[in-house]
Formats: sequence, structure tokens, C-alpha cells
Amino acid sequence: MAYVAVKGGERAIDNAHAWLAEDRRGNPDIPEITLEQIQAQQARAVDRVMAEGALYDPGLAALAIKQAQGDLIEAAFLLRAYRTTLPRFGYAEPVDTGAMQIRRRISAVFKDLPGGQILGPTYDYTHRLLDFALAAGGTPPAAALAEAPGEPVMPVYTILRQEGMIEPDSNSDPDPADITREPLTFPATRDVRLQTLARGDEGFLLAMGYSTQRGWGGTHPFVGEIRVGEVTVEITPPELGFPIDIGDVTLTECQMINQFTGSKTKPPQFTRGYGLVFGHAERKAMGMALVDRALRSEEFNEDATAPAQNPEFVLYHADNIEGTGFVEHLKLPHYVDFQSELESLRRMRAAAEKEAAE
Amino acid sequence: MSIDLPGFADPVADAQSAFRAVLDALARPGQIRAAGTGLTPPAPLNPAAAAMLLTLADADTTVYLGPAFADAADWVRFHCGTQVTDSPADATFILADALPNLTALPNGTDEEPQSGATILLQIPALTGGPARIIHGPGLATPTTLSPQGLPPDFAAQWATNHAQFPRGIDLILCAGDHLLALPRSLSIREP
Amino acid sequence: MIGYNFAYLDEQTKRMIRRALLKAVAIPGHQVPFGSREMPLPYGWGTGGIQITAAILGQTDTLKVIDQGADDTTNAVSIRRFFAKTAGVATTTRTPEATVIQTRHRIPETKLREDQIIVYQVPQPEPLSKLEPRRAETKRMHALAEYGPMHVKLYEDITRFGQISISYDYPVMVNHRYLMAPSPIPAFDNPKMHMMPALQLFGAGREKRIYAVPPYTSVQSLDFEDHPFRAVRAPHTCALCNARDSYLDEVVVDDTGRRMFVCSDTDHCETRREAGHEGTGEPVAQAAE
Repeated sequence: MAYVAVKGGERAIDNAHAWLAEDRRGNPDIPEITLEQIQAQQARAVDRVMAEGALYDPGLAALAIKQAQGDLIEAAFLLRAYRTTLPRFGYAEPVDTGAMQIRRRISAVFKDLPGGQILGPTYDYTHRLLDFALAAGGTPPAAALAEAPGEPVMPVYTILRQEGMIEPDSNSDPDPADITREPLTFPATRDVRLQTLARGDEGFLLAMGYSTQRGWGGTHPFVGEIRVGEVTVEITPPELGFPIDIGDVTLTECQMINQFTGSKTKPPQFTRGYGLVFGHAERKAMGMALVDRALRSEEFNEDATAPAQNPEFVLYHADNIEGTGFVEHLKLPHYVDFQSELESLRRMRAAAEKEAAE
Repeated sequence: MSIDLPGFADPVADAQSAFRAVLDALARPGQIRAAGTGLTPPAPLNPAAAAMLLTLADADTTVYLGPAFADAADWVRFHCGTQVTDSPADATFILADALPNLTALPNGTDEEPQSGATILLQIPALTGGPARIIHGPGLATPTTLSPQGLPPDFAAQWATNHAQFPRGIDLILCAGDHLLALPRSLSIREP
Repeated sequence: MIGYNFAYLDEQTKRMIRRALLKAVAIPGHQVPFGSREMPLPYGWGTGGIQITAAILGQTDTLKVIDQGADDTTNAVSIRRFFAKTAGVATTTRTPEATVIQTRHRIPETKLREDQIIVYQVPQPEPLSKLEPRRAETKRMHALAEYGPMHVKLYEDITRFGQISISYDYPVMVNHRYLMAPSPIPAFDNPKMHMMPALQLFGAGREKRIYAVPPYTSVQSLDFEDHPFRAVRAPHTCALCNARDSYLDEVVVDDTGRRMFVCSDTDHCETRREAGHEGTGEPVAQAAE
């Protein structure tokens, strides 16, 4: 029999893509899903894709989800690859989460507080029972309306700060690093760490945060506050010299209050871990805050022995676009390397057999 | 105003060919390559040095212009969008018409040797000067070159630079619309 | 391609990569960090090589892309198409016709020339990574040229297996200074890197590192006097072109385990067959000698 070197890679790729398109569409008798439907009814998926894709655009995120057949990491990758090609018009001013239009705001450390506890649209107290009525569809009854708070809701951190009980904000860096332009290097400053975590994989941050609760780098966390809502994004065009409003984004912010620290010269005070994520994403914001605090162990002279306290380990493995690429690259042909391993192993085995025979 | 003078006619293609010229020049030290042909930068900037700035400098770099190039500063700022610095110690690229004191320039660290500066040195001609023998990566055998306008003790100054390898300064010699490059990995001696 | 710049990358990104490339050439074997971008292909699938190729490619270049030595493997096809689409450059499968060759896992059998550039796709640029996962630490080791632990590792191999067990991505010393990962080429290809007339560029997109070996630069595979480096290939001839010195792929042709050995470099094999060389076309019963 004759062996012919494999040809036709190009045709195989075209055929695979055609099949994929068919597979994506599914049964053509069922109406095609629209981007509006995804954006409106799969909003948490859209939020996750925007956060991990590091691009705030619900419409494009919905398109990415549709294109990726609901594979959210693939969708985040599509968004990331797109964002790289966008021109950079300028850098936004720091957003003011204190001025957030609150939709949800809870604190685990005070029973009541100015601005109150606002549950908002949460799954927290739903019973996890499959809702078979939902399967049939329909419009839910309208939820009760409350008066919007007239003024900004004071962050819990500000309340604690009045007493000096918690560490102050670190000085805002006027020129923070930009992890989308500069490669990660170590030691990594907190701005770099927070940026990396903010677009890190939700599952990874969840697992890392969870590990700190189980003793792998414990930080004695309390949820000082979680708030979800809209904040205004502003840029200052150089030709104007003052900030202008370019739109709103939905953010989830978690201020974690952690074990206190102190020294001979500084009275003890609580420390903080911080999480800030695009969209409504409490699980991720909390995981991020736990990991942020764990990564500050060196700053507080704590023993750094757990994985969540190791900046290289956490920051190099938080990105699911990098992770999925490298894990999945094992699918690519490696037969040249495998061949070299085969030959090497054959030689070793031959030598061992010869030695055994002698 | 010097900014009225144009930059690259075709910014994408011209930057690509100028880059390949300098990449090749650094990879094959001593070989002369054309760069910036047709450019009309403000005097005394020559086309090769201008092409290097247009190709490599931008908002992420800082450029130090030697005193002779004060009239070209606006052009460099406008066409490269780069920061022009007063201090060579902070510069990514140093444009000069006389070899600066190499020990006063950033030469990187043992861990980050790539942060050593690049000098764009404008000289009268790439040939016709005193002979110097170069050897190192990029060269199958030692090669002689003879640029004009280098200081008489150039080989000794370079020896200090080369001795710090992997730290060091890289030198691109520009004359008219031609250049040659001397990477820090090179050893240079007089015949 | 409408809406995208020539060769996909924007000019600012190209400048950043070009600056890194120049420093990489000036410091042979040293890994230069760069602001690697997300590409429309996954990390680990050649994004580092693609970014370098995009930064060096011009309209007059002729590009060849190989994976495992072959022009027709799916990932090579995919990358070649990417550049045909975004840069409109000429492509070729003929090694001598190419001005830029992007490769994964092989160096062509045909000797490369001074007017060619070879771009390697690199999954793991850090040759010390298997000994020391902390990059802050490996960076320090490179700074001090502290490569003793790598020699110890190789020597442990010899004690354990009677020989060095690394068969690909075999570490090399560049310009007598930097320990370098040659990318996962078979050790068989390592000697081709030594004093190669072509410029060799290496891109690791996910790990965000670029490095280079200038032409005519010393590249030595690590070894010991009593255990010299050996370039190993399957001890067979190519069943298609009868080559005795090329690197061979092993193809299983039936359920009884019969093997056929054929050139991994498909262009080399085709060129030889066109020149009249012919193999037996027959499989061999056993893989071993």
C-alpha cells in the first residue's frame, strides 16, 4: 500500500467551519435567537463576557455569546481579540463608585446604616427550585417601586474611616500601569494586580478566594459592602482640559474588611481587600477582593505560603484566555516532538535490554 | 516651521522597509543599508536618522536631541508623537552628531539589559574614515569598517561599553540616507 | 482586509514589537518582554510568531509557514491564510523562495540563506522553567548566568537513564552567554541553529517574550565531554524520497503496527522526488532497528 502525505488542510478547515455554522444555528425550524434577547435575558452571561473580555459593550458581548454558542470563555476571547484592534482615544478619569446609582447595596458588618440595606435583584434568598412555570414563559408581575435615594449612598468604608478603624485609601496613582500594553513583571504593584484580577477568570478567582477561607492564606474577611449599579465614565480631552461624561457602565464593587494590622507607631486598624468588576458579578467581585487581600500579605509582613498569596502563581494563571489557549494547544500536532521522544525511549530501552542481557 | 516638512509618504510601507533596514543592519554589523530615501527632514537631521525616529519613536519612548538638533524638535514631536527629553539619562533614543559619553547613558540592568539606550549618531560618511575591526554575533569573520566622525579613542570607549555585556548601549550610525549598526555584543579594535 | 491595518497589527503595536526585536538582536538569546497583544488566534497557537511576522513583513516578502515541517498541516494553513488575507503577501511552500519562514517545531532541511528570516513560534521561552517555575527567580539566574542547575539536571538524567533524556526543546547556549529555549524543535535540528546565515527570531505570545539569534552566532547544545550532544533521528530512510539524513515522521499504516517513515519536511521531500529520488514506498514491519 502506498502512503501519501496528508493534503487538503485548507479544504478540511473550510468544511469544519461550514459544519460549525450549521451546528451553531441548530434546528432551523426553531426561531433564531436575537442579540436583543441575549442582552436582555442572558444579562449575567453578557456581564461575565464583558468582564473577562475586558470590553464594556453589551451588544458586542451578546454577539460574541451567540457566535460562541454560549461558550463564555470563547466569547470573552472574541471580545478580547476585537478590543486589541480598537484605537485608544484616551484614558478615563477614575470612576466614583461612591456616586453610584445604587441598584443593590448590602453590608454584612452593620445591621443598619445610612442608605439602608438594599437587596435589589438578587438570587440570594431564592429557593433553588426549578421554576417550571418559567419554562412556559410569560410576563412576571411588576415589582414594587421605591423612591430612589436623593443623594449618593455613603460607602461603608467612609463610615469606618471616620473613626480611623480601617486603613485609608492608598494614594491614587496618577499614572497607573496598563496591563494591556505592558507585560506582567514581578514584583507586581497593586494597580497591576487589580487590573489582572478584574479581567481574570471568575472560576479561578472563586477557587482562590475560597481557598483563603479554608486556611490557605486566611484573611478573616467581612463583607463591608457590596454595591451594584451605574457609574458615570468621564474623560478629559486635552483640548478641553475638563472632564466630560461619555456614558454609564454597570459595576459591582466589593469592599472586604479584613484582619487588622498595626505596629508600634501605628495603632491597629482593619485592612481591606478590593473587588471591582464590569456588570452584575458579585461572586467574582468577592473572589477578587479575597484574592487582592491575600496578595497583600508581603505588605503586611504576613507569612506568604498559600497559593492565593503567591503573586506569580495567581496573576500568571488568572487569565482564562491565556489558559484556554495553552491547554487547548495540546490538540495541535506534536508528532515531531513525539517522534523524538519515541526514538529517545527506544534507545534507552535498547541500552537497558543490552545491559540486562550482559 | 519645521513641522511643515513631511514625514513618511507611505507611513506603513516606509516604516516597514526602514525597520527591515535597521534590523538587518543590527543583525549584520558593519553592512550598510539604505533608510529614509526621499525623506526631507528639517536640517540638520539626515534622512536615515529621521527614518529611524519615524519608525521607532512614539508616545511610549523618550527621545533626547543633541544641541545641534534644536530646530528639529518640533518636527520630531509632531511626526513621532514622542516625548522629547532634556536629559539623555532618561532617553530611549539619543540623537547626536558627536558620540556622547557612553557611561552617562542608560545601559540597562543585568536583569533588564534591553533598557539600554540606542544612539542614532549622525556622521559625515559611513566610509572613508579610519579603519576599525569588528567581530561578534552577526559576523562569520572579523570585518573592517571605516566610518568618519567617530572620536579617535572610539575603540577604547566601546571596549568599556562591550565589557558590560549584556548591559550596554547600541549604536546606529547614520549618514545621508544610509546607516550601519553596532550592537553592544560587538568587539571593536583598531587594526 | 477591510477595517484592519496591513498585516493586522496597528502601527503603534508594530513599533513596540520592532523596538523589542532590535534589542533582542543586540543581546542574542536574552528574552525581551514585550506588550504581547491578543490575536485572533488562541494563545499557544503561534501568537508570538504571528506578531513578529506581522511586525517584519512587507509587501515584497514571500512567506512560508510550516508546522511539524509541513506546509499543509491545519495550523500552518490557518496562519498562512491569516497573512494572505491581512497582508496580501505572496506565499510559498518552497523553502528557497521564501524571504520569511514562520515555523512551529522544525527547521527546514534546506540550508537557509543570509537573505532569509526564520520566525519560531515559542510556547515556553524560559529554558529554566522546568527547574524553577518562578520567573522572578529565572530572570535573576539569567542575569548572573547561573546555569549550574541545568547542568545538574542533565547529569541526573545520565545517571538515571544512561543518557540525556531531553529529545526536543533541548536547551542551547547562545553566544556563550545566554541559556535559551530553541522552541520545541527536535534536538536533531539544534545544530542547524549554530552559525546559521539567516536571522532567527523567536516569539512567545502568551508568555510575552521575544528573543533572537543573529546570523553567524554560536549556538551550542548543552552536553558533557563524556556525553556529547547527539542529533538523533529515526534510523530509517524516507519511504517516499529515500532521504537518509532528513528528520522522519513515523506513520502507522495498519493494525499490525507496520510503520512507514517519511520526511517531516514536506517541501524537502517533494523537491527530492521531483529530482528523481524515489523511496521503496513500503512500510517496515517494526519500528525499532
